Amino acid sequence: MQTARRQSVADVAVSNRMAISAGATPRMKVLDRLRFGDAVFRHLTRAAAIGVLLLLSGVIISLIQGSIPAIRTFGFGFLTSERWNPVTENFGALPAIYGTIVTSFIAMLIAVPVGLMIAFFLTELCPQWLRRAIGTAIELLAGIPSIIYGIWGLFMFAPFLQATLQPFLINTLGNVPGIGSLFAGPPYGIGMLTSGLILAIMVLPFVTSITRDVFAAVPAVLKEAAYGLGCTRWEVVRNVVLPYTRVGVLGGVMLGLGRALGETMAVTFVIGNAHRISASVLAPGTTISATIANEFTEAVGDLYTSALIELGLILFVITFIVLAIARYMLLRIERRIG
Amino acid sequence: MPDRILPSRYSGRRRGDMIATVLAFAATALGLGWLVLILGALLWKGFSGLSVAVFTQMTPPPGSSGGLLNPIFGSLVLTTIAVLIGTPVGILAGTYMAEYGRYDKLSSVVRFINDILLSAPSIVIGLFIYEVMVAPMGHFSGYAGGVALAVLVIPVVVRTTEDMLTLVPNALREAATSIGLPRSMSITRICYRAARAGMVTGVLLAVARISGETAPLLFPSLNNQFWSANLNQPISSLPIVIFQFALSPYKDWQDLAWTGALIITLAVLALSITARALVPSGKQS
Repeated sequence: MQTARRQSVADVAVSNRMAISAGATPRMKVLDRLRFGDAVFRHLTRAAAIGVLLLLSGVIISLIQGSIPAIRTFGFGFLTSERWNPVTENFGALPAIYGTIVTSFIAMLIAVPVGLMIAFFLTELCPQWLRRAIGTAIELLAGIPSIIYGIWGLFMFAPFLQATLQPFLINTLGNVPGIGSLFAGPPYGIGMLTSGLILAIMVLPFVTSITRDVFAAVPAVLKEAAYGLGCTRWEVVRNVVLPYTRVGVLGGVMLGLGRALGETMAVTFVIGNAHRISASVLAPGTTISATIANEFTEAVGDLYTSALIELGLILFVITFIVLAIARYMLLRIERRIG
Repeated sequence: MPDRILPSRYSGRRRGDMIATVLAFAATALGLGWLVLILGALLWKGFSGLSVAVFTQMTPPPGSSGGLLNPIFGSLVLTTIAVLIGTPVGILAGTYMAEYGRYDKLSSVVRFINDILLSAPSIVIGLFIYEVMVAPMGHFSGYAGGVALAVLVIPVVVRTTEDMLTLVPNALREAATSIGLPRSMSITRICYRAARAGMVTGVLLAVARISGETAPLLFPSLNNQFWSANLNQPISSLPIVIFQFALSPYKDWQDLAWTGALIITLAVLALSITARALVPSGKQS
């Protein structure tokens, strides 16, 4: 049975040419069908791959098309205007852009050092058997849907900050000349600082897992050489591992930044949705994504809708650039480490 | 002279190492602590509301009791549509990149674009679907919501399919070709089978990702207070209901939001842990 089958399959392959010359035998029909199926499958996969490209261009084109009315009306001033008045249909993106950048900056300020230290812990300090468990637990933070962070932030984290961290900051740093204005005003609970902190938690797993992966890929010889010279563990990470993986770490940071910039639901809950630029990080503000989420379904009039879509376009362009840089850097480290 | 400097320099270095070590432990504790805090809050706030009624009754008007049956059903329907559309497209595209055009220009461009789509802000996808589906059709609909989620499924599946097919040893392909199998059959019968666990993982991860997504559903499918199996109509979904109920001033709506949040989180965590268990360590990224 076994040999008979093997023979028949081999037959098909060998007698391919014979079948063609022999004319329309049943075997040739089968071969034709196979060849046809092969071509169909190949083109189907190719079409799907091109479909992914079309998807992205579709997103860009539809966003540009949707924002044409706003672009026509406000021109370049949209980016620099502070006004946001749906009644008089006067819109400017500056407060939203400002809020997006400030919250993401706070998030990165916290997530990057913490993520680096966790990666240091996971690659150098943690006992082998615990590594996978702790790494997975940190990555689970990335799996929690953003709306959960939102509801948790609004009901648990913001009241907690309002009662503890924020009064503390106001009473201490708030009186320091120079940076005092950063921490001025009443403790609202919600606001840009709270959003930044929640974003930090959400971005942490991305920074951590990429940093850990590139740390783990450093050739052991390099580290052993440094240990052999008498370096401490911290010195090895600081002077050997970090310089070697710098590009990869930066790529992970940019990837996290891309996430932070575009994050919507968690921020929508705790940002306060106030279209103004305040020097204090404790004040409510807004971000691009929170503005769209809060106002799009209630937007009346083409110009209002169009202004919101243009905000979406701006967000997409910013994250596209950040993510492209991230990919480029990760590609470079991949090539080097292999 | 040197023997006076050396001990102090050593102790300085050792102190630096100590500080860094303590900070590393603290950072890890902080990361794990956050996870515990969030899960703890969810269990504490959401568990008390968990009952049979949650799964058998409709969302209530404010002030009366009810459940989450229609949003749960809506979420399942939307996720199913998204998987049915997104998985075939994703697998085919991933197949092209790993099998036919592993080194060609098209694949590297698609790979780059796909990675961008993978982390693109999901609210922008919502706007996109609004522009191409909701505005032309004139109303919000379940179809639009499903398609919006499918757009999020595709990049995840493309990525895992390509990664997993790349891991299939070439010897298998050569063996398949040597017995005369056409390329398409060697892919579908041999490579897919070898990479099956990884590809299933990709789909599970995609489901985990979309089942909690709120932003892309805000504009396409909107919410529906009532039972609706008509996909041409606005359809209710769990994340949107959580969003609306949590921000409402009514206590019982907020409680239901917490319960919904607990259900989603448990489902998502179960999915992602299953997905991880399917693939041996170090293979997924």
